[in-house]
Amino acid sequence: MALPARYSRSIDWVTVGIYALMVGLGWLNVYAASYSPEAPAGGLFSGLSFQELMAFNWFKQILWIATAVVLIVILVVIDYKAYDTFAFVLYGTMIALLLITPFIARPIAGSRSWLELGPVRLQPAEFAKFITALAVSRYMASINLRQQNFRDQMVLAGLTLLPPLLIVAANETGQALVFGAFLLAYFREGMSPLILIILAAAGAILILALLVPKLWLVGAFTTILALVFAANPKVLRHHLPLSLSVWAVVVGMVFGVDFFFNNVLQDHQRKRIEVLINPSADPLGVGWNVTQSKIAIGSGGLVGKGFLQGTQTKFDFVPEQSTDFIFCTVGEEWGWVGTMVVVVLFMALLARVLFVAERQKSVFGRTYGYCVASIIFFHFAINIGMTIGLAPVVGIPLPLFSYGGSSLWSFTTLLFILLAIDAYRKQDLVR
Amino acid sequence: MQYLEGRKYVVQALFLVVALVFGARLFYIQVLDGSYKLAADRNTLQRIVQVPYRGLIYDRNGQLLVQNTPVYDLMVVPREVKQLDTARFCQLLQLPLEEVRENLKAARKYSRVKASPLVQNLSTPELAAIQDNLIDFPGFSIKARMARSYKTENMAHALGYVGAITPAFLEKPKYAKYLPGDNLGITGLESFYESVLMGRRGVQYRMVNVRGIEKGAFRNGEFDTLSVAGQDLHTSIDIELQKYGEMLMQGKRGSIVALDPKTGEILAMVSAPMYEPSILTGKGMGNRYMELLNNPERPLFNRPLMATYPPGSVFKMVNELVALQMGVVTPETPFDCNWKLVRCTHRHEAPRNVTIAIKNSCNPYFYQVMRASVLRGRSTNRFEDARLGLAEWRRQVMSFGLGSKLGVDMASEKKGMIPSPEFYDKAYGYHRWGYKTVYSLSIGQGEIGITGLQMANIMATIANRGYYYTPHFVRGIGQGGPLPEYTQRHVTTVDPKYFETVIPGMQAVVDGRGGTGNFASLAQFGISVAGKTGTVQNPHGDDHATFAAFAPAEDPKIAIAVFIENAGFGGTSAAPLASLMIEKYLRGKVVRKKWEYWLQGSADKFVKRR
Repeated sequence: MALPARYSRSIDWVTVGIYALMVGLGWLNVYAASYSPEAPAGGLFSGLSFQELMAFNWFKQILWIATAVVLIVILVVIDYKAYDTFAFVLYGTMIALLLITPFIARPIAGSRSWLELGPVRLQPAEFAKFITALAVSRYMASINLRQQNFRDQMVLAGLTLLPPLLIVAANETGQALVFGAFLLAYFREGMSPLILIILAAAGAILILALLVPKLWLVGAFTTILALVFAANPKVLRHHLPLSLSVWAVVVGMVFGVDFFFNNVLQDHQRKRIEVLINPSADPLGVGWNVTQSKIAIGSGGLVGKGFLQGTQTKFDFVPEQSTDFIFCTVGEEWGWVGTMVVVVLFMALLARVLFVAERQKSVFGRTYGYCVASIIFFHFAINIGMTIGLAPVVGIPLPLFSYGGSSLWSFTTLLFILLAIDAYRKQDLVR
Repeated sequence: MQYLEGRKYVVQALFLVVALVFGARLFYIQVLDGSYKLAADRNTLQRIVQVPYRGLIYDRNGQLLVQNTPVYDLMVVPREVKQLDTARFCQLLQLPLEEVRENLKAARKYSRVKASPLVQNLSTPELAAIQDNLIDFPGFSIKARMARSYKTENMAHALGYVGAITPAFLEKPKYAKYLPGDNLGITGLESFYESVLMGRRGVQYRMVNVRGIEKGAFRNGEFDTLSVAGQDLHTSIDIELQKYGEMLMQGKRGSIVALDPKTGEILAMVSAPMYEPSILTGKGMGNRYMELLNNPERPLFNRPLMATYPPGSVFKMVNELVALQMGVVTPETPFDCNWKLVRCTHRHEAPRNVTIAIKNSCNPYFYQVMRASVLRGRSTNRFEDARLGLAEWRRQVMSFGLGSKLGVDMASEKKGMIPSPEFYDKAYGYHRWGYKTVYSLSIGQGEIGITGLQMANIMATIANRGYYYTPHFVRGIGQGGPLPEYTQRHVTTVDPKYFETVIPGMQAVVDGRGGTGNFASLAQFGISVAGKTGTVQNPHGDDHATFAAFAPAEDPKIAIAVFIENAGFGGTSAAPLASLMIEKYLRGKVVRKKWEYWLQGSADKFVKRR
């Protein structure tokens, strides 16, 4: 456990700085979201007892941040090789935990996914992200994805899909979707781009099938295919079975959308997609969240209403305002300037993480770095997207901003394991 | 491995594209699209209007006529109503089951969570009956507000009434400040002085949370305004005189207008048949209004301002005064009582001068007076001569305030009609009519129409010897004195000296031996009444009786016009009624009880059946 000389110099302080800035700004907005104009005396020095202060999210968030600092120290002090060595052990433990959680957890908000350890509530699904990232990175380092070894690919797919399947079983679909982000890391390591293209095309077809009359869609697709063949008859001769099956799959998807929509998706999931297409579809249910969230952000204007001056968030028009919808508080009180600061901070963090990832000499380190960036990006895109009506309402937090211990600890761990690995990269070269 | 490194740009580009899309979308909804700001205000801002205390109305002696008393609305929040014992509830409210069910349905339709009125305008005793039991009926509550109540049973027409604003009114820009369900004055003084009586509404902006619970003032009340109570009206009505007049008009149709000629103040204005002002207030007001509206006697019709009749013989004084001013006759000019020109009322001494003519209401005399005024040889064409003469005659007649609105402070006033040459051109053709066509005007019959108010104003003008003040109800608003528009003299075209010459005739009508208005004499009290009877020919039935007068003749304090429909000759009914009013006003009490007895009942008794 001996730390190398001038260890502190090898920590990437830029990332640490961005992290600290985001956590600090996040806390300010959690404070604003839990601030009540009727009881403004709920400040830190108002003489309230610890028990009374624990009723406030902003106070608990201070405790979460303090513990996160302790966590950071532990994470960077641990020998970097431990993450590599114990990746599969951690993975196995996590799978076991995910398996038993639904049986020992009390149901909270419709899902049995929270473990209670005394006063602390933890969501194993949050920690599944960095553990899975470690495990797949470790495995990636041992194979060559580019060589298209079927067995290797299947093992990787299994490692990636097992946690989300267990999480879906615990009814936390939003957290499970995050695992889709790993595809970006695999792409960087050599996965065929065709998989991304097919997935993107499938997504586009599903969305189009909901928006455009189905026969038009099929007609347009058939016409395009026919034009391609007319221009280049050779393609038709060489790839007739493939072309026909692609056509059949697309047509099947277009007409299968209704089945998927009505029979596969759960009721609340279907509504969330309907609302995305037409916000007035469910004005008092899911549509309410989206509409009120947009009103709160939209009413902020260019520079916002000022710190603690937001009316939409103060008066409970926006639900889940300190957790999943924390971005509303930013939008309402700080305006476009504030929201752009948040977007730019995320871009800076992601750019720095990619930069750090690229300078890793080991496949393990680089893959892990890309996993970190992909996971943070997925949260960023979906969370902000849902508050402004560009993505369906999925219950995942905004990293480092949303209130919540599990979320803050999980992203802290995710990020600082990368920094710990990065700090030792010169040693790695020596090895 | 080298070629894979290029893929980092793909990842970076993906991140950047999403960030740019967010930036653009946020710019659109935060900066470009203003509708979200409005939606936010709609969410949180609640406008609470404070309705101020409506101004009170007093009579000329400071007696309170109209005040505000609390009434109560039974409110219901449909969602909170649990297992309603409808039978007991209806018994408690003394309302039919049907009505309660219907009102509940309407309330539910309006909102399940917001309170809406189930029964409105409960009086204090009605409230007392149900309040204690209300605890057994969850979802029902009482809301107090102020409504009009009346300390008098009289002058309903002049006071007007207050009611809820109708959707048609709400659309007019004048009523932009009103909200559905607001009250306002609909007729009479309540309507004319609405802006004064209503005061200024206060508005408070409150912030509410998602459940509609108040969260304090918006921006510390920066935009709030306080309500200002309405101002009181001090009317010129003598409520005792008004009450007496309404008592006398009981069972008849017609009007009484009494003015103070020295100021133009209206002392009493009776429109018969009448109704009590309290009818148009409180619970069930709508139904009672419809009853009044459908009553064939038309009690809502404000006769002294809206009914125009030919004035009859009362008009002869105006005719004479105009002729004197034109210089075509003198007070001593004799005309013969020539029945070939026009029938006269009765056989009487020769009208050697205007006094004898007025006293006997000699029709041929005034036929000839007007002929002298109209046919003055201005044109060799006798038709053109009549046209020019009538135009000049009309101009002078209209200076008495006839044929146009006097400008009383009440919206329903009619202007009446003094026919113009053009009117006859239209009816008979240009140069197809002469004096013989229009002579009825000389005795106040024919196409002429005037209101009761205008008739009383003629008396005020003669009493003042040549001028009048615009008749009005309101002497002062709040602490203020007379309104400037009512302190301005309106002078007629006739010289004051000529007025003196018609007054002896009017006195003779009342006090002269064989005068047509002897029943109006107050000589026993030393009060000299100057008056004139009138009988208005009515093609639809019995003639209408009129009497107009002022007293005391030498220092007039009251000018009065009485109009009783279908009561025949003015001297038998209208004259004694007017004299009772004068007695009441000048002496404070009435001792000639036999006339009160004489006037009881309907107008029929005064008509001699042939």
